[in-house]
Amino acid sequence: MSGLHIAALVVLAAGSFFLLVGSVGLLRFPDFYSRCHATGKSDTLGVMLLVLGLILVEGFTLNSVKLLLILTFVGLTNPTATHALARAAFQIGLKPRFRRYDSGKAPAEKKED
Amino acid sequence: MFEYWFFVILAAALTVIISLPLYRVIAGPTLPDRMLGASAIGTKTMVLILLIGFIFDRVDMFIDITLAYAVLNFIGTIAIAKYLTSGKEKK
Repeated sequence: MSGLHIAALVVLAAGSFFLLVGSVGLLRFPDFYSRCHATGKSDTLGVMLLVLGLILVEGFTLNSVKLLLILTFVGLTNPTATHALARAAFQIGLKPRFRRYDSGKAPAEKKED
Repeated sequence: MFEYWFFVILAAALTVIISLPLYRVIAGPTLPDRMLGASAIGTKTMVLILLIGFIFDRVDMFIDITLAYAVLNFIGTIAIAKYLTSGKEKK
């Protein structure tokens, strides 16, 4: 095992840790917008770190260039998709939860189907 | 050989991590919650496909599958977001 492999293992472990944190945030947060906040950023960082670790394992080949393409694509599109979902939820009238005992659901006159 | 077992363990851990947003998809209170969980599952599945490619030593094939899967995941989420706001333009 060279130093590059050890660095790759550390980066892969950090990426899976960020994915775990994003998933727990998606499970535990009380509101749709705070769930967007949890999963939009930590999932992006986790996937980018995992793909970076796979690049370090792979070395300098054509596959690592394609992996770099995947990394760039995920970094561009994952926050965009989360932002589009949050914007759509705001436009159909989903209220953010401000106080502790709000229900966090949509008002009764604006059902979303 | 060590990398092989590390990738297997990482793929198993990733499968456990994927089961957490699955709860949000099943029991999410609103429709955007479910779609956010589905998008998170798709993002994690992308890495899982890459790890499967590394485990079976066919990375050159699985990278193209991953690229197509990433594009499909993004397009699907954008389409659902547009569909949610499609009937509300008049008000």
